[in-house]
Amino acid sequence: MTKPLVLILGAGSDIAKAVAHHFAALGHPLQLAARNTAALQADQTDIALRYGVGVTVHAFDALAIQTHESFVTALPDLPEIAVCAVGLMGQQAENERDIQAACRVMRTNFEGPASILAVLANRFEARGNGTLVGISSVAGERGRATNYVYGAAKAGFTAFLSGLRNRLAKRGVHVVTVLPGFVATQMTVGMNLPAKLTAQPQDVARAIARAVERKTNILYVYPIWRLIMGIIRNIPEQVFKRMVL
Amino acid sequence: MLAARTLQPRSVDALRDIVLCEPDMIARGNGRAYGDSAVNTAATIDMRRFNRMLAFDPATGQLVAEAGVLLGDIIAAFLPRGWFPMVTPGTKFVTLGGAIAADVHGKNHHKDGSFRACVDWIDVMGLDGDIRRCTPNDPTPLFDHTLGGMGLTGIILRAALRLRPVQSAWMRQTTIPAPNLKAAMAAFETAQDATYSVAWIDCLPTGSHLGRSLVMLAEHATPSDLSPDQKLDPFQINPKRKLSVPLDFPAFCLNRLTVRAFNALYYRAGAQKSGEQLVDWDSYFYPLDAILGWNRIYGSKGFVQFQCVLPLNRADSGLSALLNAIAKAGSPSFLSVLKRFGPQNSAFSFPMEGYTLALDFAVTPQTLALLDRLDQITLDHGGRFYLAKDSRMTADTLRASDRRVGDFTAHRDSLGLQSRFKSAQSERLAL
Ligand SMILES: Cc1cc2nc3c(=O)[nH]c(=O)nc-3n(C[C@H](O)[C@H](O)[C@H](O)COP(=O)(O)OP(=O)(O)OC[C@H]3O[C@@H](n4cnc5c(N)ncnc54)[C@H](O)[C@@H]3O)c2cc1C
Ligand SMILES: NC(=O)c1ccc[n+]([C@@H]2O[C@H](COP(=O)([O-])OP(=O)(O)OC[C@H]3O[C@@H](n4cnc5c(N)ncnc54)[C@H](OP(=O)(O)O)[C@@H]3O)[C@@H](O)[C@H]2O)c1
Repeated sequence: MTKPLVLILGAGSDIAKAVAHHFAALGHPLQLAARNTAALQADQTDIALRYGVGVTVHAFDALAIQTHESFVTALPDLPEIAVCAVGLMGQQAENERDIQAACRVMRTNFEGPASILAVLANRFEARGNGTLVGISSVAGERGRATNYVYGAAKAGFTAFLSGLRNRLAKRGVHVVTVLPGFVATQMTVGMNLPAKLTAQPQDVARAIARAVERKTNILYVYPIWRLIMGIIRNIPEQVFKRMVL
Repeated sequence: MLAARTLQPRSVDALRDIVLCEPDMIARGNGRAYGDSAVNTAATIDMRRFNRMLAFDPATGQLVAEAGVLLGDIIAAFLPRGWFPMVTPGTKFVTLGGAIAADVHGKNHHKDGSFRACVDWIDVMGLDGDIRRCTPNDPTPLFDHTLGGMGLTGIILRAALRLRPVQSAWMRQTTIPAPNLKAAMAAFETAQDATYSVAWIDCLPTGSHLGRSLVMLAEHATPSDLSPDQKLDPFQINPKRKLSVPLDFPAFCLNRLTVRAFNALYYRAGAQKSGEQLVDWDSYFYPLDAILGWNRIYGSKGFVQFQCVLPLNRADSGLSALLNAIAKAGSPSFLSVLKRFGPQNSAFSFPMEGYTLALDFAVTPQTLALLDRLDQITLDHGGRFYLAKDSRMTADTLRASDRRVGDFTAHRDSLGLQSRFKSAQSERLAL
């Protein structure tokens, strides 16, 4: 019995790679999609060799939204599970000066992922089943001076996923919103992250696979983050605006 | 532990930048070497992100993989398909690069040689950032000096190695109690045909019981060795239903009541008529992994390792002298392993035909003095030392033990490697 096919968007990301290994180890065949497909060749062979599952590689640019319909149509099979790991942190200082840069961050974290998941959502809805997993961020829970452009985009994406879930709940399609706290990846390399609050990509992968199976709605990888964000959301704006976070 | 600046390249280009720009550096695998061989305080290059398997040929069993792949990953992927590493050390948490750089040996050295014997080729990045593919038959010494070269000849990027076909995940093990060293050595010599052999030595008794051991021989089990249940899926071991846990090495090795525990096991083994047991691959090859946990940094708990090899014709007297010195010092080794090595001819690898003794002591001023004594006894008997276990030897001791050092350093010198690829160990040993 073959397991459901998993499409991974932004497959070159550290979190995405861990997700790919995790699902493949469970026996799921994979579709890996990324801008740089050449860099994925070795991963494709590696995963196929290790786990004996089928792995295909597909060119995908989240920002080229006009291609998203044809991208999905061209997939050899419509996946049962789609995980979107596309994201861009950017530099807050640069985003303040350069609106082009800020737009790139907003489009990469919101417009692109929302666009591709919208296309997949319609196909899944027509079929009557499927699971969409969007990796958003706790940064979207409240805008902070240090990364509000990224945070705003993630907030948009989180709201989009929430609405999608609401719309599709009665149509057999489930939507998981992933709100990882800190994760040790190339996005955060060199940052001084508190070890106790920082997950490894493998932790995120394990939690995502479980969330898909249990139809979890909102996934905080480490439960402590639910508490932290609860507190941060509830700080009165009068106080919050003076805080350095 | 030395605090080292660690770099984690994720692509060949990033690695090349490091090699071209850093004044000096050393590659690091999974840090399972006990000493300071994989440490350079200025730049230690963590190779574990190069962890992809690149090709496998089921006709020949040849696997091509990046240097950061762990032996344990290879087993996880290929044992279910009937393949096992040809040569494996006593932990599965080593990288391919580390296994090649130390040219590791397993319990089958007398039969199959060191890790080198299963390596078809390696890709090595030199100081110029270029990658050279080298094979055992090359006229240039790069392959020979990289196997056992402890990372000092360049950065191993990829390798092709041949796996061994096996018919099950189980081992058929025979335990032979040996009342003393002579009996243990006789057991090894009689068992030259056994695929795997190793002895666990009790280091405390003297006189006629000096070198009292349990000699363990093993073969990969075939379906006919398995129970009907196991035959259904010969590659499946269910850890919760292990049929027979053999002698519980780990517990006795690390238990400070070594003597009493050893006695109990010794007599239990002697009482069993055939001494034959079926053991799963993990308990058989990697008993220490189960207790030490793979995230732990070995050696950080105040243990110091010692491993030497003595040539065959001097092994008897040499081992007796070593064991007498240990017994006299009264600092027991928590884990003492004896192995017969077969012939080996290589440029800088540790093994030579003879007997190798591996010991594990708690660090105290007495043990450090004892280790100096063991160095001297090894030198007196024409033996040499395993760099993957060394953290304290002197440059003079190394040179007195190994005439090959001159060729090795000449090779390094000729390529300008001495000032660039260096570890805390290579500095201490003036390599
Ligand atoms: C419990 C235990 C049991 C063991 N049993 C055995 C045994 O039975 N037989 C045996 O032979 N050894 C044994 N060892 C030692 C171990 O196999 C070796 O030290 C091995 O080299 C460790 O591999 P690593 O990947 O952890 O390498 P590290 O410890 O990180 O590095 C070891 C050496 O390899 C070099 N190196 C690592 N990767 C590369 C690379 N990509 N390119 C160039 N150089 C590189 C380093 O510079 C260093 O000199 C044992 C160790 C432990 C902890
Ligand atoms: N690391 C954390 O602490 C953390 C915390 C919360 C949330 N997240 C989120 O987790 C997700 C994965 O991030 P990560 O930590 O694994 O970092 P990452 O490795 O930097 O992943 C980001 C991925 O997005 C891809 N990408 C960017 N723009 C793209 C585009 N236009 N089209 C297609 N792919 C594009 C990148 O692909 P290229 O390789 O082609 O550049 C990269 O693989 C992101 O959404 C991130 O926001 C991360």
